[in-house]
This record gives sequence, structure tokens and C-alpha cells, in this order.
Amino acid sequence: MAEPMATRVGLFVTCLVDLIRPSVGFAAATLLVDAGCTVEVPPQSCCGQPAFNSGDRATAREIAAQVIVAFAPYDYVVAPSGSCAGMLKVHYPELFRGDPNWQPHADALAEKSYELVSFLVDVRGLDRVKARLEATATYHDSCSSLRELGVRDQPRRLLATVEGLRLAEMRDTEVCCGFGGTFCVKYPEISNAIVAKKAAAIAATGADLLLAGDLGCLMNMVGKLQRDGAKIEARHVAEVLAGMTYEPAIGVPSRRGAA
Amino acid sequence: MVDLAAHMATSPWFKDNARTALADTELQNALKFVEANFIARRREVARQLPEFELLRDSARDIRDHTLAHLDLYLAAYEKRVVEHGGHVHYAVTGEDAQRIVLGICRKLGARTVTKGKSMVAEEIGLNDFLEAHGVTPIETDLGEYIVQLRQEMPSHIIAPAVHLTKAQIESEFRRVHTHLPRDRNLAEPTSLLAEARSVLREKFLTADVGITGANFLVAETGTSVIVTNEGNGDLTQTLPRAHIVLASIEKLVPTLEDLSQLLRVLARSATGQEMSVYTTLSTGPRRPDDPDGPAEYHVVLLDNGRSSMLGGAFRDMLRCIRCGACMNHCPIYHAVGGHAYGWVYPGPMGAVLTPSLIGIDRAGHLPNASTFCGRCEEVCPVRIPLPRMMRAWREREFEQHLSPATVRSGLAFWAFFAKRPRLYGIVTAAAARLLGFAGRRWGRFAWLPLASGWTRHRDFPAPQGATFQAQWKSAERERLARSHVSSAGGQSGKGTGGTGGRDRRAPGTPP
Amino acid sequence: MTPRQLILATIRRSLAVTGTEATRGLEVATRVVRHPPGVVPERGQRLPAERLDLFARMVKAAAGTVERTGDPTDIPAAVAAFLRAHNLPLAIRRGDDPLLSSVPWQRAGTLEIRRGASDGNDLAAISHAFAAVAETGTLVLTSGPDNPTTLNFLPDVHIVVVSASDVVSDFETAMARLRGRFGAGVMPRAVNMITGPSRSADIEQTLILGAHGPRRLHVIVVGDP
Repeated sequence: MAEPMATRVGLFVTCLVDLIRPSVGFAAATLLVDAGCTVEVPPQSCCGQPAFNSGDRATAREIAAQVIVAFAPYDYVVAPSGSCAGMLKVHYPELFRGDPNWQPHADALAEKSYELVSFLVDVRGLDRVKARLEATATYHDSCSSLRELGVRDQPRRLLATVEGLRLAEMRDTEVCCGFGGTFCVKYPEISNAIVAKKAAAIAATGADLLLAGDLGCLMNMVGKLQRDGAKIEARHVAEVLAGMTYEPAIGVPSRRGAA
Repeated sequence: MVDLAAHMATSPWFKDNARTALADTELQNALKFVEANFIARRREVARQLPEFELLRDSARDIRDHTLAHLDLYLAAYEKRVVEHGGHVHYAVTGEDAQRIVLGICRKLGARTVTKGKSMVAEEIGLNDFLEAHGVTPIETDLGEYIVQLRQEMPSHIIAPAVHLTKAQIESEFRRVHTHLPRDRNLAEPTSLLAEARSVLREKFLTADVGITGANFLVAETGTSVIVTNEGNGDLTQTLPRAHIVLASIEKLVPTLEDLSQLLRVLARSATGQEMSVYTTLSTGPRRPDDPDGPAEYHVVLLDNGRSSMLGGAFRDMLRCIRCGACMNHCPIYHAVGGHAYGWVYPGPMGAVLTPSLIGIDRAGHLPNASTFCGRCEEVCPVRIPLPRMMRAWREREFEQHLSPATVRSGLAFWAFFAKRPRLYGIVTAAAARLLGFAGRRWGRFAWLPLASGWTRHRDFPAPQGATFQAQWKSAERERLARSHVSSAGGQSGKGTGGTGGRDRRAPGTPP
Repeated sequence: MTPRQLILATIRRSLAVTGTEATRGLEVATRVVRHPPGVVPERGQRLPAERLDLFARMVKAAAGTVERTGDPTDIPAAVAAFLRAHNLPLAIRRGDDPLLSSVPWQRAGTLEIRRGASDGNDLAAISHAFAAVAETGTLVLTSGPDNPTTLNFLPDVHIVVVSASDVVSDFETAMARLRGRFGAGVMPRAVNMITGPSRSADIEQTLILGAHGPRRLHVIVVGDP
């Protein structure tokens, strides 16, 4: 009764999911297993992007080298984040260009690294999910997903199969939310001005649920929406696709906590 | 001696400039037009030309080829200019260019000089220099004319007055055009334009020298090319006794066919037009039988650091054809406008070019004030990798210890743990528990120590309470324990923690 | 070192070349001599009759106006009609252009013809274009006594006559024609490529016609393609 070799996926959980919202990681793992993969989580910290974008190339390379080694055994590396997947897929080869020892490995990792939803749709051929959720949602395209990885249709295609879910597109979905990693803390007023516009566009949809594939963007947008007193909830798209929405939405207290 | 213009840059105070800009309601109103109009127009005009993407590749390749042979194309260009009766002057620095231009003006006894829009002239501070030496420069591009009245810099490289509302322009005209009747109606843009047209027409006809920039220089024929919608560049260069072309050395293109390629992407990227109204190819002074045109034609070729850029990490920036598409699509530019950048070149192209020209120590904020959203690169007609170049500047700042100490030490602290995943796991697990506990009541923080930059304007969501990795590990242990207990069948040990997730709850949350 | 020498030397150092490499010299010389075309849009590649229709459409899209006549002898009447329709005095300036000189201006009766470059006091001028580009509705005018450059910019109204056979598909064809007329590497003092009347959008992005150049551009296409 020999089973075919299952596709081994190394889950790159991302530092924000790891620290702030693990349910996204579990939702991602669920989706991957449902798509016929096995999921493993090697010890990991970060993709190194904060160092990379701050100009600390040496630290970025050190962290990248760790990631390359840790994820070497897997067929694919999947991250529930366009920003981190973009780092692995687009920037790791850049980091090691010209380095005869590391470049082949960086290229190999890049080749097999994917953002979660695009992996499910483009590689695993997923065309529908079993989830149900009664809500009107709007979807924000994170800049890395959109412009580094070409992820745009895939989440929308899957969301369209979530029973009970209506998608209301906001204007300017492709405009940055103002997070930009360290940008939002280095230039908070400018970031605030940008996210204010995004919040207005979100509110104008009348949606009760904000979705995106990047937790950083979501935290930024929902942080602003909550500060403004808006009633909209936010989740990572993986949570909805996996039918795992029993956790409180981002920034919402758990029932026990409120007791 | 330092260039006067560079000295005046307020780029070091970008954050203050930005703060002022964000509070400026008139500016914010004006910027709404930028975001709305430029983007939609470019998208539409690109959609209407099926070959647009191929033309972008072609434009990039032509620029790369030219830069790789710039020494030879410059020499070829110069030869043709001289053959047609023109003069070529080489200026290493901005001051050299200032002196050359002044020299030509003095030799002709020039008192007033009309100017077509030239970013290079702004770069070298030409107007102030000429004024200080008794030559009056008059801007003729309507946007430039308006900012000249206000004694401001342009805030955009192709639409200099884009930061102003109609009302601001009207009050400026009223303040300055005192010879015109007070009760004239300036309420509408048409009347403002008519007023500018009649005021400037007189200047065109009486100017001694006309100075323009050049969008391109064609090596094949020794031709300078200007692209305008108003016709002011043409009146500037045709009517006076001498025409001075002020152009930086990287404006070269090899042939008229190459020029055609670039023209096809320039206007489309800049204003969403297929062609600007006036694309003028000028070659030399008037010929013996010409009834009009300047008697003298001078080209001042400015280096000002570009020849060095050719050999470095910022070489691709020299491909820039000054269309402005990048700033038209930039969320930071939309938020703060062009003046916040503090110098001649705003937006993403300014963030990359300005440090090369005035130094990263003074322009450091510019490549840092970016989210790397990538829209600039997406629309650049010559495919300059702008975010990558901004990151390259950040690398130089890091190496030179130019970033603020707090940022550096914060990064070092984080890096210490990030490089050690197992230690990282322990620390983050503790932090997650602590913050999760502290934030459980409201689910979020309105304030966090060390995170005031965030919490000033936004709430910060409370962590769920235990890190993913900690939960995954314990789920793995449980599963291993279970599979040892149930000896027959059971799940394979590794890698199915995912389905475990369906039953998994974060510790402390109810099932 | 002269500034020129210094700049060229710095360029060469940056590019890590000596400047005497035969291959580089050959590449540059070849490109200039062969002037290969790049990507030429399909849009303008039309048979003559369709090309004229495209040209007319593009001129109108750029806020110009356009009419066709079969014969140069129709030009005076067309000019007079245009000036009357826009309440302009019946006076127009032109250069020594052979086609425009051969036209029977007396047929337009009271139409005053002024000759030579403009000093800014003309409301209307007429030029004969060297060529026109159907791809974008662009007119190509060359400087000289035949069609002084000032006529293109100073008057309020600019009328441009172009022969149907001179309406070409694309810029590359127009450039080739310039090269054919003037010689390789040789150009007249000015070549004006004009697409529509003068305009500005510098005030709250509102598009207004008639900035510094003509407020109106009228094209008369003469003859058959």
C-alpha cells in the first residue's frame, strides 16, 4: 500500500504571524494539507527584510543564509505573505548575486518559494474552497503580492467560491496602504496620511470585513480604522479560505479576555 | 565653492517639510488633482497602444546602449553641431555652466533672457545667478512663470505649479500684474492663461537671448529636441538673437529613429497625451536664407557628476527621460507634494538622483521616505529599478553610519535575535504571552512603549498570546505522544500539524 | 585638461574603456549610418486612403480641425471660409512656399496676403507642411523662407496645408524623408512636429487651448494619396 510521495511544504510562517496572529499560520497549514501537501515548520525567525530594507545587507545575508539552509529539504516554501514571499523569491537571488557559493542555493529557494494563495491556485490548481462565511468583504492588494509576485486574481477567484461571501471592490485597491515595513514608524505622519486615504476607500465599500494576504498591511489598516472608530473587521484571507474564522478578528479582544 | 542651488536644498529637513505639507489644506486640495488625473490618463493612453510595453523595452535598450557609448556619441553629436554652425561648450560643474551662459549673454549685451522650462537650469541655480549679474531671466512655461512670481521652486518636473490652486494663482497674478485693470475677471483658468499669454508675448518679442533645456540630443544630426504643449519653448528659441541649449550629457540619443522610439513613450508617460503639441528639432543657428531664427546657437553640455554615475550603482538612473510618471504614481508624493523633497527633483526619481548630486548626507531622507510599493518602477518608461536604487542609498547610509542612532541600535537589537532562531523563539514566545496578556481586555493597544510612531495614529493589535512556532511545537509533541499511545495506524508523525490546527486554539481561548 | 577632455576621460574611466576600441567605434558608426527603426506601431500602417482617415481622426482628437480638398486651387476659398467662420479679419501671412505661391489667391477676393516672417501682429498664418504623420495626427514643418518658423507660433490661428501624398504612416517614415531631402546627418534649422493647437494644463490640471502658440490649428489636406 505504498503512498505516492506527498508534496513537502516548508511553511514560512512570517514573524508577524508568528508573534501577533498564529491563527493565520494554522489556517495556512490547513489549506496546504487540504491541497494534498505535508506541512513542516522548521525553526525560523524572519526573512530578513527589515535588515535588507534598512541597508544592512550583511545581516540580511546572514538571515537569508539561515532560511536557505532551514528550508532546503522541502519541495516548496510557502508564506502567508506577499512581502515575505517576495523577499525569498525576488530579493534572495539579488542578495547573493555573484556569490558562487550561495547564488545557486538562493536561486533554488527562490524557484520553489510562493505566496500562499498563488501556491494553492497556480501550483496546486485549487479552484474552490469549502468555506462558508456570511459577510461583505473587500480585498486589499499588498504591493509585494501585486507587483513582485503577480498575485491579484488568485485570491479573488477563491473568495468567489466562499459560500455567502460577497466581494465589494474598493477603489484604488492597488494603491499602497502606507505600511512599508519600517516606513510607518520612520515617517509616521506620511504613513498616516496614506492609510487615511486607504481607510476612506475601505469605508466607502460598505464592507464589514477587510481581507488581505499580508498581516503587516492588515495591522496598519485595521489599526487606523479602529482608531477612527470604524466598525469593520479585518482578517487574513487565509483564515476565510480555510473556514477558520472562530478567532476574534484582528485587534478584537477574545471573549475570555473581555470577561 | 559649493553650488548656490545645492546649498539651498532643504532636503535635510524633509520631515519638517512633510509635516508642513500635510497640514497645508490648499496643497492637499491641489494634490488630489495629481492623483486623479495623471494616473488615469496614462493608463488610458497606454491601453490604446498595443505596442506600449515593447516600446518601453526599446526605450530602455536605446538609453542603455547610448550610456555604454556616451563618450563616442557626445563626440559625434558635437561634430554635427559644429558642422551646422553651432557652438558646443562643456561644463564640468554647475558653476562652469553658469559662467558659460553668462559669458554668452554678456558678449551679446543681453539684458533680458526668456527661458523655456529646464530642470538643469534649476539644478545649477541659473536664474538667481543671472539676476545677481544683471541679466533678467523670465520663465515662459506657464507653470514656471507662476512659481517664479512666487519665488518658489517647481514642485514637479513637468507640471511646475501642480501644488497650487486656481485661487492661489489668481492672487499671484493680481499681486504682480499691476499694469492690468484691477477689475478684470481672473476667476477662470482661461482668463488666467490669457493674461499670462499677453504679458509673456511682449517678453518673447523683446528678449535678447533665449535659453531652453533639451529633452534629447540627437547624435546623428547634432539636433536638440524640446517637447512642450504651450509653444513657449519655440518662441524662446526662435525670436531672440541667440539660443542657448542647456543640457546634461546623458540626454544623448543616437539617431532620429531612436528619438522616435523615445518620443512615443515620453508624452504618454508624462501627461497621457500621445504627442505633446510641439516637438521641435533644432539644429544650429539660422541659415543664410532663413527669415527667422537665432543668429547664434550654443549648446552647454553639463556633467555635474553624471560621468561618475556611469561607473556606479546608480548608472541606470541616467536612463531617466524626465517624464514625471514616477512621482505621478507615488503615494508619498501624493501625500506631501514636491517641495517637501527640498530640491529640484522630487518624487522617486528625485529620491534616487538628488543624493548623487548633492550628497547622501544631505539628501538622506529622500530614499528612506518610501514604502517600496513599486508603482514608480511599474510605470517608468525606461524601466529604472527605482526601489532597488533607493535601497542602494540606504545601504550606503548604513555603511557610513548616517542613519539615526536609535534606528541602528533598534535594528542591531532585533538582528541579534533574528540571527538566532531558537533564542528568537524563546524571546518572542515570552513577548507574545506578555503582550497578549496585557492586551486581552481590549484586543489592542492605543499606546505601546517604543512604538509611539505607530500608536500616535493607529491602534496596535494585541498578540493572540502564544507564538505560532510555540503552538506548533506543542502540537507536534502531542501528536507524537498520541501516535505512540495508539500503536495501530494513526497519523504519521511529521507534517500533519495543519489538520491539528483545525482543532487548535491559542492557549486560553475557549473552544 | 580642458573641460571636454575631463568629461570624456571621466566617462571612459567609468565605463572602463580607452575610447579607442575598434568594436565600440564600429557599433556607434554602424548605428548612426544604419539608423535601425525600433518598434513601429501597427496603428499607422494603413493603405493610403485609410491612412488619411486615421490622420484626420488623430488631428481632431488633438483638438485640431481638418478638411480635404481635391485641388490646390480650392485653398483660397477654404482659407477665406475658415477665417470668416471664426470672425477673423480676412488677412493671412505666408512664406515663399512654391505650392502656396502657385495658388490663385486672387480668387478669394478681399483676402489680404502678407509675405515673410511674422512680427507678432498677424492673427492668421498659413504654412505648407513637409509631411504629416498619420499615427498621431502630427504635422512636420521645416524652417526656411518657404515656411518661416514664426508663422507656426505667433499668430492666433495657424492653417497648415499638406499634400495627401505627404501624409505618412509613422515617425520613422517622416524621419527617412527628412534624411532624403536634406542628406544624411543634415537638418534644417528647425523641424517643428506639431500636434494640435497650443495648450496648457498648468492651472488645476484644466486643459486650456491657446497658451503661447496658436489657439486654433486647421489642416487642409490637398489632393489624392
